[in-house]
Amino acid sequence: MSRIAARFDELKASGRKAFIPFISAGDPDAETSLAIMEKLPGAGADIIELGMPFSDPMADGPAVQASSLRALESGANMIRTLELVKKFRKNDNKTPIVLMGYFSPIHAYGAARFTKDAAVAGADGLIVVDLPPEEDEVLRVPAKVQGLDIIRLATPTSDAERLKTILKDASGFIYYVSITGVTGTKDFDSTQVEAAVARIRAATSLPVAVGFGVKTPAHAAEMARIADAVVVGSAIVSHIADKMSAPRAELAGSVVELCRSLATSTHNASSGAAQSDKVKA
Amino acid sequence: MSSHPNSLRTGPDARGHFGAYGGQFVAETLMPLVLSLEAAYEAAKKDPSFQAELDGLLKHYVGRESPLYFAERLTEHFGGAKIYLKREDLNHTGAHKINNCLGQILLARRMGKCRIIAETGAGQHGVATATVCARFGLPCIIYMGEVDIERQKPNVFRMKLLGAEVRPVSSGSRTLKDAMNEAIRDWVANVEDTFYIIGSAAGMHPYPMMVRDFQTVIGNETRSQMQAREGRLPDMVVACVGGGSNAIGMFHPFLDDPSVEIHGVEAAGDGVNTPRHAATLTKGTPGVLHGSRSYLLQDGDGQIIEAHSISAGLDYPGVGPEHSWLKDSGRVKYFSVTDKEALDAFVMLSKLEGIIPALESAHAVAHVARIAPQMKKDQLIAACLSGRGDKDIFSAAALLGEKL
Repeated sequence: MSRIAARFDELKASGRKAFIPFISAGDPDAETSLAIMEKLPGAGADIIELGMPFSDPMADGPAVQASSLRALESGANMIRTLELVKKFRKNDNKTPIVLMGYFSPIHAYGAARFTKDAAVAGADGLIVVDLPPEEDEVLRVPAKVQGLDIIRLATPTSDAERLKTILKDASGFIYYVSITGVTGTKDFDSTQVEAAVARIRAATSLPVAVGFGVKTPAHAAEMARIADAVVVGSAIVSHIADKMSAPRAELAGSVVELCRSLATSTHNASSGAAQSDKVKA
Repeated sequence: MSSHPNSLRTGPDARGHFGAYGGQFVAETLMPLVLSLEAAYEAAKKDPSFQAELDGLLKHYVGRESPLYFAERLTEHFGGAKIYLKREDLNHTGAHKINNCLGQILLARRMGKCRIIAETGAGQHGVATATVCARFGLPCIIYMGEVDIERQKPNVFRMKLLGAEVRPVSSGSRTLKDAMNEAIRDWVANVEDTFYIIGSAAGMHPYPMMVRDFQTVIGNETRSQMQAREGRLPDMVVACVGGGSNAIGMFHPFLDDPSVEIHGVEAAGDGVNTPRHAATLTKGTPGVLHGSRSYLLQDGDGQIIEAHSISAGLDYPGVGPEHSWLKDSGRVKYFSVTDKEALDAFVMLSKLEGIIPALESAHAVAHVARIAPQMKKDQLIAACLSGRGDKDIFSAAALLGEKL
């Protein structure tokens, strides 16, 4: 069983929802990025979404773009991103890692070579934002060979027909984009998200994660009641931006504490939801 | 379209690919919209009233057809081939960009979209978009890099005067590619009501095809005008290439005529062997940006490298997918011209013909200056003068050491 499937099974058994923090590999530098990553599972991260930095992240808002550029300025590239995964795996063989990014760096690396090296490094899934089902075969086929999940995005613009196309070759989990917009910009409408998650659940047995508009512990709790997993990205990388003048150890510690509060809130809300289900039952 | 058995004019395929190039590399939020745009465009193409309305606007609003002008003094100066200039600079708004903007705004209206966004580099596409929005009474938001805003002030004022909101883009290199990133971000956030008018023959399918189709009026007219003037086709067709919209419009109607040699001219900036240029086809490698696979200026890690050109309209690290395919097939040859050569051509055309070309178009003229002397006197060159240079007088004056 893949690490992603094992983790969702485990969470389901304990009635909890997953907290998925996003950071960019190499933001603000390789060493600090590893230090943050290594402390995330202890702070409550169930899965880690690791950004593969790209110069022109068109589906991301200013916070994630700035994070990507900080990483690139510190010398990040695909080889170093995969090295980071490998180093993390030395001490943690359970926490799933999902690599998120754009196709250009993967294309330059070579799609088949990338899936092989990513799997060897210890990655578990791939989210490639600008590779819709119409274009993802080039990555999906070698990813399958390497046992990597292709995590597809569903959005508020996905109607029933489109959802079929998205779900057809999806694996790992479904990432529901809670807003029509780039990461970290608008606020989600929880009624709308709840209805969308229900539609996705009716069409697939894959777990559903929600992200893009989740900024605060309260947001995370709200989404944890609705979905199987909550992704927070912009709020975390904005915190890195705010702490850039602090010593690196302090920056890392502070980011980890923010993640702990988001994780706690996700986990408490989900166990609360499980509780109330029991009461209803 | 041509019925030629091995026609080069049949692309793209149903999935928007020109050989290995093109495609729809966009975020999932946009996919349903991009697919509906494709369907709406296919329907519009089949509707004679759509083309009739566009033709009427091109004639009465833009002033088409634009002249194919015999540049007598330029021809004498070089002493070689006869040089004809396709005068897109005489169009309303001063460049070829309006041809495409009118087509796209008619499509936006058909689709019921009530808010228009666009990116602009030199400001020519922004002005053309703001113009058609004023003409049809639709709100217009133009994304423009801060660097370009500084070097294209007259066009920024024009856009504002036409009622558009110009939003400065401060991310990345603060030029055309970043303006395009921001326009795509706006589109993702406003999919319901917004139509994105892309000005270049680049981006995700169906844009490269659609922009080309709306710009082929340039090549179609050139073809029949040259037939009327000289009784035959030109021996050589030349146009400048940034994203490549005027070039693909000029080239496409000649692709199946083997007697016509076709040259695209990229911006070499300080020189193609320096880090500061925008010669994507000459020095780039295939990659994925802004929705399509195409030649790009990128490093070994797939990170986009900032382009440089004296001309804001050519200052783009990508190029249309059809040009990438035409390069690989060898049908079109791509060359490059430095900032200095372009500036020299800018001055030369002004002095010899009384025509101040856009710095973009001056690249095509500079290439003509190289090849015309090597050609025979009975040979014919048709070069696309894609825009006029009024917008460039401030930056040109600064480069020429004149204080205004």
